[in-house]
Amino acid sequence: MLRTEEMILNVGPQHPSTHGVLRLVVKIDGEVIQEAEPVIGYLHRGTEKLAEDLTYTQIIPYTDRMDYLSAMTNNYAICHATEKLMGIEIPERAEFLRVIVMELNRVASHLVWLGTALLDIGAMSPFLYCFRDREKILDLFNELCGARITYNYMRVGGVKWDAPIGWLDKIKNFVEYMREKMKEYHGLIMGNEIFLQRTKGIGIVSHETALSYGLSGANLRCTGVKWDLRKHQPYSIYDRFKFEVPVGTRGDLYDKYVCRMQEINEALQIVDQAVEQFPEGGAIMAKVPRVLRVPEGEVYVGIESPRGELGCHIVSKGKDKPWRLKFRRPSFYNLQILPTMLKGQNIANLVAILGGIDIVLGEVDG
Amino acid sequence: MDIWVILGPVIMLFLVLGFVTYAILFERKVIGWIQNRVGPTQVGPWGLLQTVADVLKLLIKEDIIPRKADVGLFKLAPVLAFIPAFAVIAVIPFTESIKFADIAVGLLYYMSISSITIIGVLLGGWASNNKYSLLGGMRSAAQMVSYEIPLVLSVVGVIMSAGSLNLTEIVHAQQTGAWFIFPQFLGFIVFLIASIAELNRTPFDLPEAESELVAGYHTEYTGFRFAFFMLTEYTYIFGMASLITILYLGGWDAPFGLTFIPPLIWFILKFSLFVFFLFWLRATMPRIRGDQLMEFAWKGLLPLAIFNIFLTAILKEVSFLSHYF
Repeated sequence: MLRTEEMILNVGPQHPSTHGVLRLVVKIDGEVIQEAEPVIGYLHRGTEKLAEDLTYTQIIPYTDRMDYLSAMTNNYAICHATEKLMGIEIPERAEFLRVIVMELNRVASHLVWLGTALLDIGAMSPFLYCFRDREKILDLFNELCGARITYNYMRVGGVKWDAPIGWLDKIKNFVEYMREKMKEYHGLIMGNEIFLQRTKGIGIVSHETALSYGLSGANLRCTGVKWDLRKHQPYSIYDRFKFEVPVGTRGDLYDKYVCRMQEINEALQIVDQAVEQFPEGGAIMAKVPRVLRVPEGEVYVGIESPRGELGCHIVSKGKDKPWRLKFRRPSFYNLQILPTMLKGQNIANLVAILGGIDIVLGEVDG
Repeated sequence: MDIWVILGPVIMLFLVLGFVTYAILFERKVIGWIQNRVGPTQVGPWGLLQTVADVLKLLIKEDIIPRKADVGLFKLAPVLAFIPAFAVIAVIPFTESIKFADIAVGLLYYMSISSITIIGVLLGGWASNNKYSLLGGMRSAAQMVSYEIPLVLSVVGVIMSAGSLNLTEIVHAQQTGAWFIFPQFLGFIVFLIASIAELNRTPFDLPEAESELVAGYHTEYTGFRFAFFMLTEYTYIFGMASLITILYLGGWDAPFGLTFIPPLIWFILKFSLFVFFLFWLRATMPRIRGDQLMEFAWKGLLPLAIFNIFLTAILKEVSFLSHYF
């Protein structure tokens, strides 16, 4: 019997495919992974602690930096939680604007995922195609709120800026354009035998495991669990729109891919409906006091971010600053299953599986 | 002694260097075009001097050798990889008159000399004392050994048809019969796939899988040593494109009687077609996984190559087809 030795390989925090500053300590035998341990915290900024010294409005830009690929949903989480605790009713127009930007942001986030996940398995071109299309969304956001990544767009009680003239028409055009492109990408990718070989049956997670690890978002839905907070615990005005919750069956990488691709289509459908029903005129901010003093109490809201259930838990002691703030950051929870998924896999699958989970390190580290 | 014996190889070296320079630019332009970009445009008109600038940058870079590397092997590896890459070009006939060594076993020479590069790559990976390099080196050794076999077996069909290992003779056989891409189509497909794997190009670029192994076997190399590895890769593209032109596309033979176009131009056209095909693949294909690659080589390509040999042998005996085989 040939004596073989295990080798410890340090992947990251500077590595092309760890999507930021994730570090993985991997024990490999040949190219087969025996053990993998994620080491996180390289991007920890202590958002939750910092928030205790900030007023509610001041917290919003900090949330932009958590999941920097979909800052709009983060904005919404903190605003929605505060509004719920204060009992503020949001004007109709503001709700529509919020839904439109959140869904567009979901599309943008999934496009980044699509590009980078395919880049991880070696396909270079989809990355550039996806970023081209994401750029169009960022341009729309830029026009709306003057920022491309960290929007700081929502406020407690509404949104900061109204839609510029002609903006909604541009959104409509974009939805048309994106639908065409999605068909094109689907054809390009699904027709590729190597892609199918690399994703089918890789990184299978059963729905029991997924639930016990507390996975959410596409990571949970690809295992066959139909759970989408927009549908099952409707918040904002999501109950007014018709959309499907795509689910997978096997829970492998391929199902994750299919789920996210369909989610883009569903998000586009929501945007389309929201633009159709968009109210004429009206305020974009509710009447809120200048200094937000949140009544004593606690609140937890969970919303569906592109990565899963984004929760915001506020404990208030009646001051203008939260006594304690806690975010349930979906990337952090989704990452915890990685060691289980990687055991016994080839090293080439490491980056594919990691890419499939779709983490954002800003959110993992908080 | 003829002056050309000395001058010829020197000119060839510069030609190959020129090819490598502009192949890289061409690759970046092609991929840029496919990916909605423009590619290099800044250095020189249409970015023509971009690669020149890049090479100059590499040459004046600090030469870093990791402290714990095996210094001797570390220095030897790029040289060992490059020498065979240039040596194989010696047997390639570009036209009836432009050729260097017209040896009887040209094809065998090409196949055997090109295998030496693996040792350079493996040594480079080993001597760097870096785990990523080691994995990359091991992968490339495994890959190149697996693909060498279907590659060699797939050309057996051509050898049987042409009745010679001499590359000029192989072209002559195609001038009288048909280009071997038609009668040897199965062999051509196997050869094409195996040659891409031999060249470590997408979708078989596992040894330098950027997203997994950082840069594979040349992770620790900088400056001109790194440039040597790159040069090896592109010189092999030159060699392989020439070989595939000669073996399957009729070499300098003009199709449809278009003999007013000089044979060298025909050679360059066919050659460029293969080079473009490689770059096209790079922009469109994801990377295959190691075990799938092995399975594909041993269970897919190898039986096909052997089947091709049988097929050729049988069809050669069929009277009305024997002209083409």
